[in-house]
Amino acid sequence: MKIEGHAVCLPADIDTDQIIAGRYLRTKDRSIWRRHVFEDLDPDLADKLDEAVIVAGKNFGCGSSREQAPVALKEAGVRAIVAPSFARIFFRNAINIGLPLAEVEIPCSEGDMVEIDLTAGLITVSGISRDIRPLSPRMLQMLAAGGLVSHWRQER
Amino acid sequence: MPTLSERILTGGAGEYVDREVDRAYVHDGTGVLTYETFRALGVTEVSHPSRAYVLFDHIVPANNSTTADLQHELRNFASSSGLQFSDIGGGICHQLMGEGIALPGEIIAGADSHTCTLGAFGAFSTGVGATDMAAIFASGMTWFRIPATIGLVLSGSLSGGAEAKDLALTYVARLGMDGATYHALEFIGEGISSLSMDSRMTICSLSVETGAKTGMFYADEVTRAYLQSYGHETAVQDPPDCAYSQEYTFDLEAIEPVIAVPPRVDTIRPVDEMAGIPLDQVFVGTCTNGRYEDLFRFSSIVRGKKVKIRTIIGPASRKVLCKAAETGVLSDLITAGCTVLPPGCGPCLGAHMGVIGEGEVCLSTSNRNFRNRMGVGGEIYLSSVATAAASALKGEITVPGGVV
Repeated sequence: MKIEGHAVCLPADIDTDQIIAGRYLRTKDRSIWRRHVFEDLDPDLADKLDEAVIVAGKNFGCGSSREQAPVALKEAGVRAIVAPSFARIFFRNAINIGLPLAEVEIPCSEGDMVEIDLTAGLITVSGISRDIRPLSPRMLQMLAAGGLVSHWRQER
Repeated sequence: MPTLSERILTGGAGEYVDREVDRAYVHDGTGVLTYETFRALGVTEVSHPSRAYVLFDHIVPANNSTTADLQHELRNFASSSGLQFSDIGGGICHQLMGEGIALPGEIIAGADSHTCTLGAFGAFSTGVGATDMAAIFASGMTWFRIPATIGLVLSGSLSGGAEAKDLALTYVARLGMDGATYHALEFIGEGISSLSMDSRMTICSLSVETGAKTGMFYADEVTRAYLQSYGHETAVQDPPDCAYSQEYTFDLEAIEPVIAVPPRVDTIRPVDEMAGIPLDQVFVGTCTNGRYEDLFRFSSIVRGKKVKIRTIIGPASRKVLCKAAETGVLSDLITAGCTVLPPGCGPCLGAHMGVIGEGEVCLSTSNRNFRNRMGVGGEIYLSSVATAAASALKGEITVPGGVV
């Protein structure tokens, strides 16, 4: 499973309130989450996320269990998120909705092309390659299926 | 010997296991996405309706017609699926589960990050997202990677103006915001016997702020007596006898009143260093500090006086509110000028009742002070109940016990 996209770089400890604020959660309209993603961090960021790979500092997605956070990122066009570590609920939520994560620290500048091979467990940015922390076989299957729901339906 | 997580999940740290979930709950904030995902799975019936709970606490009563429509749908789902249900006014999901439902040794999943609060009962209790919860509703099972455990060894007892919240903020600061990511915390040592169940829930609720999957106390005589008051005869859990991946020690005598400075829970200062910062609002409540013990402490400080700034009290449950009414605590709070909300999460997440404006500062007994959380452009300082009470009387951050 291969993913590529341009890097959007973010700092450490990005919490779920910054990804999508609590005031936008009470809706089923996913376009609202897409429009307001990262609004309090940088209102222009939402428009830069299409076909992007977010490369962030440690502890990405800390805070609430709101699944609207990874959904908002996926709706905005984010193809994968790379960080040295993720908050564990965000980690499960992202895999469950079919948004790939790569747990690794790698030097990166805004706009760099990021290539991720999840099956091989490898990431490459500007000619530098690193191993990513392996995902469990079940997580890889879920990502390949596009998330838990499609995986569930395939299995049954 | 295994840790408490390893005992309950039956396996060794690092292992992936599939386990039955004893209790699974959502609130009005996460329930709708759970129910939509449940439908998408193509499943028609919840596998164990007696173990599945829908508990309204986030935006109660509904604030507009969009929320009302979503809540209406969720009520219908709960009712048609035969789920355990608590409507508006019942209280905060974690508190309700802690009022005689969660039991030692259980595996509990909640669609809310502060589900770790129930680790206070010696349960393995952790937060999940909507999709995981939908799969749990459908199958009764989920997978876990059994966590390694960090031991927090407590000695002595809290004294002076310090309370459980000050210990909680202090350990979050020591471990850091991601110091326990993928780990469980266990609170052990002779210091735990002096901590009430209300205090233990406060301490466990903040464990997720270190990234931990859960924070746990071993069920002891305090737990047993508490659960007995709800009609449960439970055994105490065998005391800890295991090696931890890391250990931290805390002398409770040395814990002092602290404030978490915005926008991070892990950045604390002694209250006296922050004294004098002007406040616009004080909020006392949430799954961290909205229990009877908290309301009682607050009222005992403000009784017979008047708060100087707007002060919002959010009882954690109807039971808490009823007890406050019976004992006169409620009347003392109202007479002192506090505004009492219906039981629920209140303004903690900035969606309802008590949102702060741009440039405003709130001192809150809640658990998160992230940027803009309680309102765009507002700042949140986190403190104990006693600090909040002293500060409400002066209108600025004030050292507890220093109010004449």
